[in-house]
Amino acid sequence: MSITMTQRAAEHVRKSLAQRGKGEGLRLGVRTSGCSGKAYVLEFADSIQPDDQVFENHGVKVIVDRKSLMFLDGTELDYGKEGLNEGFKFSNPNVKGECGCGESFTV
Amino acid sequence: MALLQISEPGQSTAPHHHRLAVGIDLGTTNSLVACVRSGIADTLPDGEGRHLLPSVVRYLKGSAPVVGDAALAAAAEDPLNTIASVKRMMGRGIEDVKRLGGALPYEFAPGESGMPRIRTAAGLWSPVEVSAEILRSLKRRAEATLGGDLTGAVITVPAYFDDAQRQATKDAGRLAGLTVLRLLNEPTAAAVAYGLDKKAEGVFAIYDLGGGTFDISILRLNRGVFEVLATAGDSALGGDDMDHALADWMLRQAGVEVSADPHGARRALRDARAAKHALSQGEEAAVRVTRPDGSVWQGRLTRDEFQALVDPIIERTVAPCRRVLRDAGITASDISEVVLVGGSTRMPRVRERATAVFGRTPLTDIDPDRVVAIGAAIQADVLAGNKPRDEMLLLDVIPLSLGIEIMGGMVEKIIARNSTIPIAKAQDFTTFKDGQTAMAIHVVQGERELVSDCRSLARFDLRGIPPMVAGAGRIRVTFQIDADGLLSVSAQEQTSGVASSVVVKPSYGLSDAEIERMLRDSIAHAHEDNDARNLREQQVEADRVLAAVESALVADGTALLSPAERQEIEQALSRLRSLRDGTDVARIRDGIGALDRATREFAARRMNEGINKALAGHRLDEFG
Repeated sequence: MSITMTQRAAEHVRKSLAQRGKGEGLRLGVRTSGCSGKAYVLEFADSIQPDDQVFENHGVKVIVDRKSLMFLDGTELDYGKEGLNEGFKFSNPNVKGECGCGESFTV
Repeated sequence: MALLQISEPGQSTAPHHHRLAVGIDLGTTNSLVACVRSGIADTLPDGEGRHLLPSVVRYLKGSAPVVGDAALAAAAEDPLNTIASVKRMMGRGIEDVKRLGGALPYEFAPGESGMPRIRTAAGLWSPVEVSAEILRSLKRRAEATLGGDLTGAVITVPAYFDDAQRQATKDAGRLAGLTVLRLLNEPTAAAVAYGLDKKAEGVFAIYDLGGGTFDISILRLNRGVFEVLATAGDSALGGDDMDHALADWMLRQAGVEVSADPHGARRALRDARAAKHALSQGEEAAVRVTRPDGSVWQGRLTRDEFQALVDPIIERTVAPCRRVLRDAGITASDISEVVLVGGSTRMPRVRERATAVFGRTPLTDIDPDRVVAIGAAIQADVLAGNKPRDEMLLLDVIPLSLGIEIMGGMVEKIIARNSTIPIAKAQDFTTFKDGQTAMAIHVVQGERELVSDCRSLARFDLRGIPPMVAGAGRIRVTFQIDADGLLSVSAQEQTSGVASSVVVKPSYGLSDAEIERMLRDSIAHAHEDNDARNLREQQVEADRVLAAVESALVADGTALLSPAERQEIEQALSRLRSLRDGTDVARIRDGIGALDRATREFAARRMNEGINKALAGHRLDEFG
């Protein structure tokens, strides 16, 4: 089981955490909602729970709860630009279908 | 694949339900839009990487208006259709705008409610509409950048903006299709950008030297509330003046007559600006002037020489700084932080002077052009619900007291200056005359005791009060101020329920200087005002007593008084009447007392007479 993050994404997370002034790392998750069934959760993590798994990439902790991990295993998180917009992108091998915008997906 | 941002724990949104909120610094010279993404607040650049949008709108016949750099570039060739510095006209009446006059080359036409309209090739436009064009451009930039519709925006305004100017700014936001979450004072936004709102308390000086305006504000933070203690400034002082000083010097060195070559003057101005920017980094800059005959003058300018040129301009910021400390009733040593805002504060000389005046090193980490927009974005992020509930919401205060006129031309303050908003307060008033069926409510703003010294905001009438004896009516006047400092006033008679209200669209027209003067005057005239108020109060009381005794004499004087008794009362009446028009508070009070004593027996007889009339024809056991 693994979750990875590109160098660019790690740097951005580090910057965000520094600006925020606190936080253990980045929490990735999956929850049921959205137009195609499941949606990603991308949040600052202030604590690590007993059933969390922690993956360290480029010195940044990625924290995932066990249930979400089933749908996220093998995911790579990247940070990039599209036109004027910039943000995080998920490359998730478990995804079988996405809604048009890619904000929600089915597995 | 969508691009995602990091949320606060538990604050992730459902897909397609992002709460995208931005902060907008709607400036006189330049405007910016900023947003918090993945916990980082920063301004958003356009497609060419430019963060600053020149606050300039050019109207073209038969096509959409052009906003920003392209409009600014056309300002010289098409001055009448290219509107700059529209912020100076916001919420002002046409007379005020004409007084701003000389500097503004536009043609004005009066519009509804005294709002001026600017004549262009594409028709007449109000300052609100021109501002909306700038906001619309920033909104488009934000939506393109963030990939979705905006939930709302926080727009910043100068701390000294009055109700009319705030309302005009809010109207512009709405016209641009923005949900204005709130208006935020510019100095407060700068303090928020530096996280000063996270401190327990403190007194902060915000020194804002932009392209065309200088503002200095003293804020006090107390339990999460920023209070504006005092503001001062100069609405015609800024980096532009330095550019002009340097350009004039260059032209003089080259032996060029400025008025003879307007084109060359404009080029010199542009070169002067570049040299100024270079001298903020380096110690020396090359300057050149092309003379009308095509020959070229070249020279070098050291930072010291440049400082000698602009020192008189920078020095003009010192007096307002001293004044604002005095007005706030503090000394420089009470200031816990100094924040620098505005592009001109990049100049080392300006930083030196600010450090000297306040005796401490100012905060300069955040780009001074962007700091206000960044603070507004942080506030917008909280208001849009992207932060956990326990994050303190920044509160604001009203700059001037609000009240109504009462008898004698006095002001009854209903909401005191520096009250935190939103706020609602009610106060009961009564009728002054027998059978009074209407009451005029005159809403005023200011710190002085007499209406004539305050600013009139609105008037409305409460009609249909049932006739009652004086003092029996109960009229509840409620003042309500929303989060943007906008006021609505309602009046309701409590027994009949008749009501009337007004949303204050304040009469346009009050300059920054006037607001400042109003605040200063209220301090300078505190004693006089108090005396004047005491006098008016006694005069009103005298009028009330005189009217009551006169009407009682007409009703029952002949029946209940002997001629001698009546004469005694008439004497006391006429003495009070003459005292009333004097200025001696104590003598008027004595006169009222004397009349009161003279009429005591008469009043008792009237009371008995009244009871007898009420009881006549009834048996005693009816009252058992």
